[in-house]
Amino acid sequence: MTRELPGVDVVLVGFGWTGAIFAEKLTAAGLDVLALERGPWRDTAKDFATTFAQDELRYYWRHGMFQETSQSTLTFRNNSAQTALPMRHWGSFLPGNGVGGAGVHWNGQTYRFLPSDFVARSHNEERYGRLPEGMTVQDYGVTYEELEPHFDYFEKICGICGKAGNLGGSTVEGGNPFEGPRSDEYPNPPMEMTFSQDRFAAAARELGLSPFPVPSANMSRAYVNPLGLQLAPCTYCGFCEKYGCGNYSKSSPQTTIIPVLMQRENFTLRTETEVLSIETAADGSRASGVTYVDTSGETVFQPAEIVVMCAYPLENTRLMLLSGIGTPYDPRSGEGVVGKNYCYQVMSSATVFFEEEFTNGFVGAGALGMTVDDYNGDNFDHSKLGFIGGGYIACHTTNARPIESHPVPEGVPGWGSEWKRAMRENFLKTTTVGVHGASMAHRSNYLDLDPTYTDAHGRPLLRMTYDFTLNDRRLTDHITPIAEEIARGMGGREVKVNALNGSYDSTPYQTTHNTGGTIMGSSPADSVVNRYCQSWDLPNLFVAGAGLFPQNAGYNPTGTVGALAYWAAEAITEQYMRQPGPLVQA
Amino acid sequence: MTGFTRRRIVQSMLFGGTALVLPSGLIAAEYGRGEGMPWSPFKGEPPYHGTHADSFFTPAEREAVAAICARLIPSDDDGPGATEADVVTFLDRQMAGFYGRGQHWYMRGPFAEGTATQGYQSRFPPAMLYRNALAELDAYCRTRHDAVFAGLTEELQDEVLTGLDEETLTFESVSAKTFFDLILKNTIEGFFADPIYGGNRDMVAWRYIGFPGTRYDYRDFVGHDGAPIQLATVSLTGRPGWSAP
Repeated sequence: MTRELPGVDVVLVGFGWTGAIFAEKLTAAGLDVLALERGPWRDTAKDFATTFAQDELRYYWRHGMFQETSQSTLTFRNNSAQTALPMRHWGSFLPGNGVGGAGVHWNGQTYRFLPSDFVARSHNEERYGRLPEGMTVQDYGVTYEELEPHFDYFEKICGICGKAGNLGGSTVEGGNPFEGPRSDEYPNPPMEMTFSQDRFAAAARELGLSPFPVPSANMSRAYVNPLGLQLAPCTYCGFCEKYGCGNYSKSSPQTTIIPVLMQRENFTLRTETEVLSIETAADGSRASGVTYVDTSGETVFQPAEIVVMCAYPLENTRLMLLSGIGTPYDPRSGEGVVGKNYCYQVMSSATVFFEEEFTNGFVGAGALGMTVDDYNGDNFDHSKLGFIGGGYIACHTTNARPIESHPVPEGVPGWGSEWKRAMRENFLKTTTVGVHGASMAHRSNYLDLDPTYTDAHGRPLLRMTYDFTLNDRRLTDHITPIAEEIARGMGGREVKVNALNGSYDSTPYQTTHNTGGTIMGSSPADSVVNRYCQSWDLPNLFVAGAGLFPQNAGYNPTGTVGALAYWAAEAITEQYMRQPGPLVQA
Repeated sequence: MTGFTRRRIVQSMLFGGTALVLPSGLIAAEYGRGEGMPWSPFKGEPPYHGTHADSFFTPAEREAVAAICARLIPSDDDGPGATEADVVTFLDRQMAGFYGRGQHWYMRGPFAEGTATQGYQSRFPPAMLYRNALAELDAYCRTRHDAVFAGLTEELQDEVLTGLDEETLTFESVSAKTFFDLILKNTIEGFFADPIYGGNRDMVAWRYIGFPGTRYDYRDFVGHDGAPIQLATVSLTGRPGWSAP
C-alpha cells in the first residue's frame, strides 16, 4: 500500500554536496524543496566531535559513516566473460551515507578540470587524429568558460585555499600555469607546507616542472563564506578522508550550506527515507515524483514538479535503470546510454624513505600538498605516445594513521619481526609522490543491473564491469617514471615504486572517484542528460554528480561536481522556471 | 505548465511551512522548515562497539588466536608485540560484536569463489570464518605435529602460518588464505587501534612507532623541517597521569 503525500515543487534524491547546492539555490528562488536522504542526520557536535573524531578503527575500518553494504552494494567483475560477485564489504572506494554524503569524509582536494578536459574528444581528435575504436570518449556539451563563474562560486562557498596561476589569461607566479583562465584569485591563501612538500617542490623545479599548492578545502585561516557561515583554521590533525572534521575546518555541506538552509521555511529534509524509484507520469512526458520507503517499511509516493537526482553516481545510475528511465547501455551494440562510460582513476606512486630526516606524517591534512600539472590533460605533447590524457603528480601529507599507513621498503616480508622493525624504522620517515591519472571511457567498461543479486528490498544490485584499458596502461607507464624521478631527487635513502599492474582490483582502497553512468552530452543518442544536466527523456528530471562526466580527468572530481551543480541549478532558475520544458531541443 | 504558479499560491497562503508538515504516522525524521539546526545537549555519539568486555572465543580458540597474533607481530628485542598489546582481547570483542557477525556486510547468496580482484566471498561472516579455520588449524597441527597450534615451537608456528599465507596449506570448510589475510588485517587493527577497543594496551604500539595518538592540533609543528617531534602519546581517554594533581 503506497501512501501519497501532498506535492512539492522540487524533490532532491540524496542530500550530500549536490543536494545541498540545489537546495540552497532553488529555495533562494522561492521554490519549496524537499530533500530525501537515505541515511541519518549527521552533524559535527554529535557525530564527529574532536573528543572522539580521531578514531581510525571506528570511522575507516568499521565504516562508521559509509553506506553499509548490507543495505545496498554492487556486484563487480573485470570483464563480461566473468560472473560478477557482490562487494561484500567496501574496498576500492567508499560511498557515503547520511546527511552531507561523502562530502563529510572527503580529503578536500578541490581542482578545476582543464578547458580541454570538457572537449576531450574534439580537442584530441583535432590535435592527434581519430581516437581508437572502442574509446567512447565524448565532449561534455558544456565548456570551461561557461562553468568558470560556477567554479569560482563553489570555491568561495568552500573557502578554497590556493594560488591562482592564470588570472584572466595572465600567468601568475606560484600558481598552476596550465590551468584555465580564472576570474578571481582563490578566496584563501595556500596551506602551510611541511618538509615533504618542500623537498618535492625543489626536486620538481630541478626537473623544470612547475609545482603549485594543492587547492585545499582545509582552511589556511578563519573564513566566512558568501552565505555567512564560518570555517575555522585547520589544525593539521591528519584525520580528513574517511573522517568528519571535528573542528569546522573542512568544507562540507554541514559547514558551508546546511545551517543556512535550515533557517529557510521553504526547505524540508526527511532522513532515513530511501528512494526506490523515480515515477513517470502516465503519458510518459515527465517525472511525476518519487516513491520512497521509510524505516517502518511503508512506501510513500511523493509528487513533485521537479526531481533532481543527487545520490552518489553509482546509485543514480541504478535508480535510473530500476525506474526504466532512458535506454540501458548495451556494450555489444554500443547503443543505449544509461550505465555507459563508467570510469575511475588510474593511480600509482613512488614512496620515498628517508634515513635521517623525519617527515612526521601525522602532521597532515587531506589537501595538504604540492603538485605539478605538467603531465596532466593535454599539457604535454601526446604525439606518438599512444594515449590521451594525463594526471597530476603530487606529494601530499594527509596522515600517518597507523592501521592504514605504515609503508615498508622493497623486499620486507608482510608480517613477523622483520616487518615490525621495518615499520618502526620508517613510520615517521616516509612520504609519497602520487600520480592521479585520468580514466578514459571504453566501450567494455559499464554499469548495468545484476541478474542474480538483490538488495534488502529485493531490487537488483548494480553490476560494475570494469578493467584498466590500454590507454590507462600507457598513461601510467609514461607518467609513473616521472613521479619516480621526482621522488629520487628528494634526498631519501631509497624509493619504492608502486606501479599499476594487472587487472583492476576491487579490494584495496584506491579512491572514491567513480564516474559516468548518467553522462552529459550533446545528443540523446550518446548521453543521458543534455548540457544543462536535464534528462533527454523527462524534462523535469535533472541529474547531479560525477556520473555526468563522460570520462574522468586527472583530477579529484569535487570541484567540477560543484560547478556543474551550480550551472544546472542556474539553468532551472533562469530558464526552466520561466518556460518549463526541454532546454535543448533533441 | 502551471506547477510553480500553483505552488507559489499555496506557499503564499500557507507560508510558515505548514504545507510541508509531515503527515502523522510516517516514520522518518524531518528537519528544516525554518526551525534551524537540530541540536540538543549531550547528544554526542561516542564509540561503543568493542569498547566493553565481550567474548566470542572458546578458551582453546583464544589460545590459538593469541599464538597466531604473537607470530604475526612478535615480541622481540626491538619492542613489544601483539602479546603486550593484548590483541587477542581486541579480536575477541570484535568477533563478539557486529563486525564478527558480518552484520554490516552484504551476506546474501549465492556464494561463489570468485577471482582475487572480487574480494571476500566466504559464506561465513568473520567470527564463523575464524571458528571453522581455527578448528581445522588445530586438527592439522595435531595430525602433523602431534600438538595444537599454540603448543608448537615458534619455528613450526611460522612454518604453518607461511603455509597458509602462501596457500601450500588448505582447509576443507573455509579458504585458509582468506582466513590468514583476515586475521593479519585484524591483528594490525588491534595492534594500532585506540586502546578503548581492548588492544594497543597502554598505547604500547603507538609509543613503539612514535605515533602521538589522537591529538587534533599540530599547528605549532607544521614547520618541523625534518626534525623529530617529541610529544607524549594520547588516546581517546587521555593518558596515564593526565588527571593527576
